[in-house]
Amino acid sequence: MQILDLLLCLILFPLVAALFLLVVRRDSVRSLIVQFAAVAIGIVSLVLLILGFDKGTLIYSVASEPVSLVMFIIEIILAVFILYLGIKFRKSLTVLLILLQAGMLVWFETSLAGNLHIANNLFVDQFSIIMALIIGIIGSLICVYAVGYMETYHNRHKEVRDRRSIFFGILFIFLAAMFGLVFSNNLLWVFFFWEITTICSFLLIGYAETEEATNNSFLALSMNLLGGVAFMAAIIYLVLADSSGILLDLNHLLATGKAFALVPAVLICFAGITKAALMPFSSWLVGAMVAPTPVSALLHSSTMVKAGVYIIVRFAPVLSGTTEGLMIALVGGMTFALASFMAISQNNAKKVLAYSTIANLGLIVACAGVGTYNLMWVAILLIIFHAIAKSLLFLCVGTVENRIGSRNIEDMGGLIVRMPKIAIMMFIGMAGMFLAPFGMVISKWAAIEAFITAPFGLIFIAILAFGGSATVFFWSKWMGKIISVMRDQNVIEDTVRKEKWAVLYILTGLVVVVCLIFPLISSVLIEPFVLNIYGHTTRLAQANLTIMIMMLFLLMIMPFSMLLYGKRAQPPALPYMGGRPMNDSMHFAGSIGISRELVLSNYYLEKTFGEERLFMIGVSLCWGLLLIAGILLLGVIL
Amino acid sequence: MIPEPLLPVFYGLVYVLLAPLLGGLIAGIDRKVTARMQGRVGPPILQPFYDVGKLFEKENPVVTVTQNFYVLSYLVFMMVAGALFFSGGDMLLVIFAFTLSHIFIVLGAYASYSPYSHVGAERELLQIIAYEPMIILTAVGMYMVTQSFFVSTIVASSVPIILYLPGIFVGYMIVLTIKLRKSPFDISTSHHAHQEIVKGVTTDFAGPNLGKIEIAHWYEYVFLLGVIWLFFAWNPLLAVAAILVVYFLEILIDNTMSRVKWQLMLRTAWITAGTLGIINLGVLYYLGMVVP
Amino acid sequence: MTYLQKSPWIVHYNASSCNGCDIEILAALTPVFDVERFGIINTGNPKHADILLCTGSVNEQNKVPLKNVYDQIPEPKVVVAIGICASSGGIFRECYNVSGGIDKIIPVDVYVPGCAARPESIIDGVVTALGILEQKRLAMQTEGSPAGTKAGEAR
Repeated sequence: MQILDLLLCLILFPLVAALFLLVVRRDSVRSLIVQFAAVAIGIVSLVLLILGFDKGTLIYSVASEPVSLVMFIIEIILAVFILYLGIKFRKSLTVLLILLQAGMLVWFETSLAGNLHIANNLFVDQFSIIMALIIGIIGSLICVYAVGYMETYHNRHKEVRDRRSIFFGILFIFLAAMFGLVFSNNLLWVFFFWEITTICSFLLIGYAETEEATNNSFLALSMNLLGGVAFMAAIIYLVLADSSGILLDLNHLLATGKAFALVPAVLICFAGITKAALMPFSSWLVGAMVAPTPVSALLHSSTMVKAGVYIIVRFAPVLSGTTEGLMIALVGGMTFALASFMAISQNNAKKVLAYSTIANLGLIVACAGVGTYNLMWVAILLIIFHAIAKSLLFLCVGTVENRIGSRNIEDMGGLIVRMPKIAIMMFIGMAGMFLAPFGMVISKWAAIEAFITAPFGLIFIAILAFGGSATVFFWSKWMGKIISVMRDQNVIEDTVRKEKWAVLYILTGLVVVVCLIFPLISSVLIEPFVLNIYGHTTRLAQANLTIMIMMLFLLMIMPFSMLLYGKRAQPPALPYMGGRPMNDSMHFAGSIGISRELVLSNYYLEKTFGEERLFMIGVSLCWGLLLIAGILLLGVIL
Repeated sequence: MIPEPLLPVFYGLVYVLLAPLLGGLIAGIDRKVTARMQGRVGPPILQPFYDVGKLFEKENPVVTVTQNFYVLSYLVFMMVAGALFFSGGDMLLVIFAFTLSHIFIVLGAYASYSPYSHVGAERELLQIIAYEPMIILTAVGMYMVTQSFFVSTIVASSVPIILYLPGIFVGYMIVLTIKLRKSPFDISTSHHAHQEIVKGVTTDFAGPNLGKIEIAHWYEYVFLLGVIWLFFAWNPLLAVAAILVVYFLEILIDNTMSRVKWQLMLRTAWITAGTLGIINLGVLYYLGMVVP
Repeated sequence: MTYLQKSPWIVHYNASSCNGCDIEILAALTPVFDVERFGIINTGNPKHADILLCTGSVNEQNKVPLKNVYDQIPEPKVVVAIGICASSGGIFRECYNVSGGIDKIIPVDVYVPGCAARPESIIDGVVTALGILEQKRLAMQTEGSPAGTKAGEAR
């Protein structure tokens, strides 16, 4: 029973911490609680890894009736709360959706749930452990970072009401819900935690209480509620199919095969698509940028959107080889390509990160939708690498934003001089996103190799080739911006707080270390999981691994070459300016004696990769694909 | 003579040692042929070696010391990419290492904060995104014909790859034009006396650093022409002939075309990759399904 | 034997010349003269150049750019003044805004007189400059670098 205790501990402990945080008012106490809770959660998830990695799938029965009743009551209370807010802010769509969803829920509980008996409510397997590690380590690191960030945030934004107790309370409830989601074997429970994450994200996005924040939070809420409706529909379908409720048992459902599982799988994948902010629904994630940066980091890297892809990857075996699965994969693929293109035209750092997140989630869904064994392997690998690098990047951008007061990439010129440590960490994070031999490129590579043998894989290879080259463009120009050396800049990073540094160091370390030990992660966690489902598994060739690791070491050694040049230090030359000398404050003599400042700006290629046009194309294409999937589904149901 | 497992290492080393010599020679012939096409006598064949020798005799002024690091990394990773290719490694890994090395030269240009380097860097990035899809499709095409991404397997295959991949081959020639910095696609920097927006990415590199960029470029020559070999690998004589013809064509294109804007370059490269490349692969895919 | 003499790259700066000498310099690149035979390339970027070819007299407007272009050429480097204006100021010598020949601003190694200077004499001037370039390189080897002329030091 030891592992069950760990699971319960991971779900309940953040809740306890959240309760404390909701009542604590003093900063120092709050900081202490957050740090303690974060360390505890991180350690418990590691213990889970150590105890559970070789155990395969473990299923636990927990008394479900009382818990389900409590969940039902909480869901009704939340629905009423949302209803109240929806009416207060006159959001008719939200009101409509919450009424629909609550109606379905009440009808389900009163007329269908009577003779349900689901014994095996909790489970854990290697994939759950991976997710738990991501939530437990990266999620809690972000919480620690948030303590310092929110203090600066409130000093800077006096107009925002200080509701930090609620803020941190919700953060930890969010973590608890995520743990619950990945450990639940009962789809009703999954749905409950699913809704909790929706509502938590809604509250966090609207934290600033400005009009923009409120609107964006309702946008996120509506889209996720739509997904929730689909999820609920899947549950009702399953219970109608078998009134004993045995099909609500996730592992059982996946084992029954396509006959029963396909319809709920597509419905739940639709819910996953809304949560993972794929193309028709991508606007909520971009809108969520108004939230304080730790929230964005949490939503993007370790929680929320990862819940969406988690559930889709879970259902990947059901989707594989079906036309519906192909449609979902195409939604993912289109999202990957178009979001990567759109990121080129953005100069807001957080928006670039948002589009990059959307793109990568699209890629994960594309892998899961096609759903062959090697693509499943790639999808999980992508989840891991993306979570680490993206959280690091968000936190770096947050720190920079707090220092320079801007999230515009153009204002980050010369960051390597002004905030050298942060700039190097950002550099590593970005390298993690698009450069060999770091994580995302390993995944991209494996994805190409996997798609090539998959049905209709050629479409995805083309998407990957074009979309992948766009990622190279927008990351490199940003990288170029932060490493360009401008003269006479002061170091302004010494005021960053100690625990923030600690978080950033750990994440930077993780980017590199995970890249080094990913063969180990693969063989211990991912391969057994894939083997268990498909009966065979995949990995990168040993020779290539050796070369990758050699490249990584080479990359780490290269910076030391600068020491060779350091000895022969000579006065730096001036950049070429067409014969005009430039002085130290970046000014040069222009025509008719006017002194002008040298300002360089990146290419954004608005006309070619403009956001609006591509967004329209993407939304119509993806709705079309979803519609086709829906029609096919109707055919199956009827 | 050399034990079997060490053979790839040996080939890699041979590339690292000999590629600059071969690449420099190719560059020299290129300049000579170009001059003849223009009715001039042209420099000696060994001129590129004299140039690089001279660059190493000069002092090394840098705007920031990090430039040295970027240039050295560019050279080293170009060597790594080429060595991987010639030791029979995985094509995709070779492509990723190749991209990595180019990112370093771009970063080196960004680092100097000069308007000319900056424009050069942006344009170099545009070139990278223009050719990258096609080069990946090339690798995928090779896989579809030979069932392997490993160069060692592709080169040993007795299948006349070119007959299966004519579309890919034409697309690859566009990659080659971009990568050899030939007109009409020499928008980030170019060779010989061509110049625009001063000298693009290389504007703020002088002396030994410029020399290293030149050497890296020789390595690149040999690698890129090596890929052409793969298309004709079943018949080495034909492969050499194909390389000569293709290279001559590139010089001809260089001397008869004028430089285009980046929009046209991107469009040409992507449309070729999207039509010729994808259709070619699609046909192969279809054939593969029908005739297993 | 040195590579420097086999690969002299030039940068051409027009300091208020009438374009007569400039056309003659470009004529040297044409098939008739083809200076690339000697490895000479017209680079357009001082950071890549070894020889500065300068035409025209120096006036108030181009003093600073001329000095800047000169400073950005990495050592060893030589300067060739092309045409009589660059050599001494020529007929503009007495103008209110003209400083004189370019040697008022930067050290000149070779003077190529003429109005305009003929391509043959320009090539001859550059070849003469090669000898001086070699001497400078040897000097640089023995004593580090010539005093006060390191690239970028003037900033």
